[in-house]
Amino acid sequence: MMARLTAGVTRRSAIPLALLLAALLAAPWLVNDYLLTMLIIILYFGYAGQAWNIMMGFAGQLSLGHALYLGLGGYVAATLFTRFGIGPWLGFAVAIPVASAAGAIIGFLAFRFRVAGIYFAILTIAFAEFARIGFDNWDYVHASSGLFVPVKQYAHNNPWLLRGDPTMFYYVILGATVLLFVLCHFLVRSRVGYFWLAIREDETAARAAGIDTFRYKMIAVVVSAAMTSFAGVFYAFFYNNLFPEQVFSIFRSVEIILGPIIGGIGTLFGPILGAFVLKGLAEALSSVMTAFGIDLPGVTQVFYGVCLLIVVVALPDGVWPPLARLLGIGRSKP
Amino acid sequence: MTALLALSNVSKRFRGLIAVDGVSFTVPQGAMFAVIGSNGAGKTTLFNMIAGAMKPDGGAIVFAGQGVHGLTADAVCRRGIARTFQIVRPFPGLSVEDNVIIGALLHRPDVTAARGHAHELLRRLDLFDKRHRIASTLTLPDRKRLEMARALATGPRLLLLDEVMAGLRPTETDRMVAILKALNAEGLTILLIEHVMRAVMALASHVLVLDHGVAIAEGSPEQVARDPAVVQSYLGVETV
Amino acid sequence: MPLEVYLNVAIGGVLTGLVYGLMALGLSVIFGVVRVVNFAHGEMMTVAMFLAVVLCTALHVDPLVLLVPIAAVLFVFGYALQRGLINVFITRPEHSQFLLLVALAIIITNTLLIIFGPDARTVETAYGFDSFQFGGIIVDAAKAYAGAAAILFAAALFVFFRFTLIGKAIRAGADNHTGALVVGLDVKRLYALTFGLGAACVGAAGTMMTLLVDATPLLGPSYTLLAFVIVITGGLGSMPGALIGGVLIGLTEALAGLLFTPSAKSMFAFAILVLVLLFRPQGILGKRLA
Repeated sequence: MMARLTAGVTRRSAIPLALLLAALLAAPWLVNDYLLTMLIIILYFGYAGQAWNIMMGFAGQLSLGHALYLGLGGYVAATLFTRFGIGPWLGFAVAIPVASAAGAIIGFLAFRFRVAGIYFAILTIAFAEFARIGFDNWDYVHASSGLFVPVKQYAHNNPWLLRGDPTMFYYVILGATVLLFVLCHFLVRSRVGYFWLAIREDETAARAAGIDTFRYKMIAVVVSAAMTSFAGVFYAFFYNNLFPEQVFSIFRSVEIILGPIIGGIGTLFGPILGAFVLKGLAEALSSVMTAFGIDLPGVTQVFYGVCLLIVVVALPDGVWPPLARLLGIGRSKP
Repeated sequence: MTALLALSNVSKRFRGLIAVDGVSFTVPQGAMFAVIGSNGAGKTTLFNMIAGAMKPDGGAIVFAGQGVHGLTADAVCRRGIARTFQIVRPFPGLSVEDNVIIGALLHRPDVTAARGHAHELLRRLDLFDKRHRIASTLTLPDRKRLEMARALATGPRLLLLDEVMAGLRPTETDRMVAILKALNAEGLTILLIEHVMRAVMALASHVLVLDHGVAIAEGSPEQVARDPAVVQSYLGVETV
Repeated sequence: MPLEVYLNVAIGGVLTGLVYGLMALGLSVIFGVVRVVNFAHGEMMTVAMFLAVVLCTALHVDPLVLLVPIAAVLFVFGYALQRGLINVFITRPEHSQFLLLVALAIIITNTLLIIFGPDARTVETAYGFDSFQFGGIIVDAAKAYAGAAAILFAAALFVFFRFTLIGKAIRAGADNHTGALVVGLDVKRLYALTFGLGAACVGAAGTMMTLLVDATPLLGPSYTLLAFVIVITGGLGSMPGALIGGVLIGLTEALAGLLFTPSAKSMFAFAILVLVLLFRPQGILGKRLA
């Protein structure tokens, strides 16, 4: 297992990777609660971005509606917990087929009816909007007044129920991010991964090479949706509330995909790096604003937008590919 | 020789235009079969129907005893017919090696085995030294051979080549001819569609001439070259 | 409910839909020619709305008077934007363009938020509470003026594309990019002009929109989405298609709001979108893209 795990990892990249992992593991002892919470949010975005990247970065299918899978994951787990006392892990087990089914329906419709490119992207938005409006009017999940996961003081961390202090949440999301990273590492080096890349590069040529493109695009959507649903489960139990207006909104979808685009689409490190860059940027900007005594809503966001603009103009492939070349770490795109 | 591919009465219309009109022929096992014709003769349409990129409006395409007309392009490839494109389309952002591995993975699910097979083919097609290059950075002759390597990697019994000589310089053409001869000598059946007459005459064992969607002659290169209908409609136009 | 109620709501929906249509027309023109999907479309419209609100209040004039000046301001904005920023992105992949325009949308929304705050702003007009009455049918004066202005503006644009030399050149560039280059058209300039014209549509639509809804900085994204829905329904790249799509969506929203709950109205708009995508992907009036 270990041999397979390290296959394809060059010695040069193994050392920084090990250092990074060690630093992340030690983080709760090194940083205060505020920074730890920030790290949790960064890893959460890294995780969700990685899940989105399976579909877009590997298989080339641009989804602008990933909030759908996130929201479904959150709502399934939170509803099972609040109504039936079923824990979030079992909730995740239920969320996987639910989100996968949603992805499969969208994928089936789109790929059978040849809805592609920007049209496909709009279709994914439409379904996320359906969910937003539907949940907004669905009384069983408390409609627009929101679903709340009860917050009690837990004397001990209970990872099985995802109730506890930031350190526990940190390790949960770190574990999930690492697992998804490893999964993607394997996927992209597997037969499925190669076929995804072929579809991303040229679908007609992929078909000519014997690839059942419908099937492999479906696999990409379903895997991506299933993995994204965990981000929703985590969101529900970390923030303890779900509002359709927030979880299913187009903002949520855009937020998920900014990280991987900034970090580098189709790369394994891109989504995580992108999350660090974006969150770091936002935090740095707001501390600068505070230092200068500027307290206007929106100012930070404007600078944030300007920085995004600069990054996308200057680094068309994202931050990771040039950084990888700089560090001398092998090929960035598998 | 037994027939590997048999077309009977295959037709295709685009709106009012009849692109291919009731074409029938058989490609024997082990043949080097060329379809020639001037621009607009229906060669590429015919090719696309065999490869599954287009559905014929009528007629039957039988490959290795089974009807393949109406199958999708990927299904046709899995049955054992691989193709190249007239305007080459390797996977542009991937390395040369990965391009061929993708083809090899069709019948070899294990990536290591697929890579081994890909290396074999890359050596044969003189691309091994360039295996880490990104496909889009290759020259046209290299991209043509890369596309052939990818097609061969899918383990076809019939290789369809769409104007594989077009745009090549004479030395490159000779190199391609040598490769095709060697593959054919090993028993691979090849169907080429060509506009360039010279290369085909030296290479093909069978020639079919298409003109305005109709097969006007079929036979050995010598027979076809002497056929009055061909001389008038095709060679006549070409040599004027 | 009596039939008149339905008719009143339907007419209101159609008139609102014409303004939607003009906004979407901008998106359609930009996509049809420049092949860039303007993800900051709704945000650009909020800029026009606030321009209208500020100028109307400061100058004590009617929004309809400001229609052309604001369209002109947005034209300049769009022209400069295409020339300075978006042109570089024309050959980049869709996700890269998307990010650029999302960044732009974030900047626009939050700049408006800094300047105007999150509160809704309205325009006072002399005819704000007037209406025309035809038998049992009552038509809001503001909506009627807005709808009529939308038709006039769209017609002017149509005439421009149909009959002027520049308009023809732009359409030539849209049909065949390489061909346009070969015959020596300055494609960069034509693209900038087109983006400017698309933005001008948004400017005009935004000005009229102040007659129909209150302006807030956060309106942007929902109007961007609405513009997508309309344009895809009508046919991406088709000018009459955008107007017809706008009317269809406006009507649907109005009737859905009446028959179900107002919050469900965009659900129906999206349902139409999905049906169109699946069964007529080129849109009602569009040509099928290769």
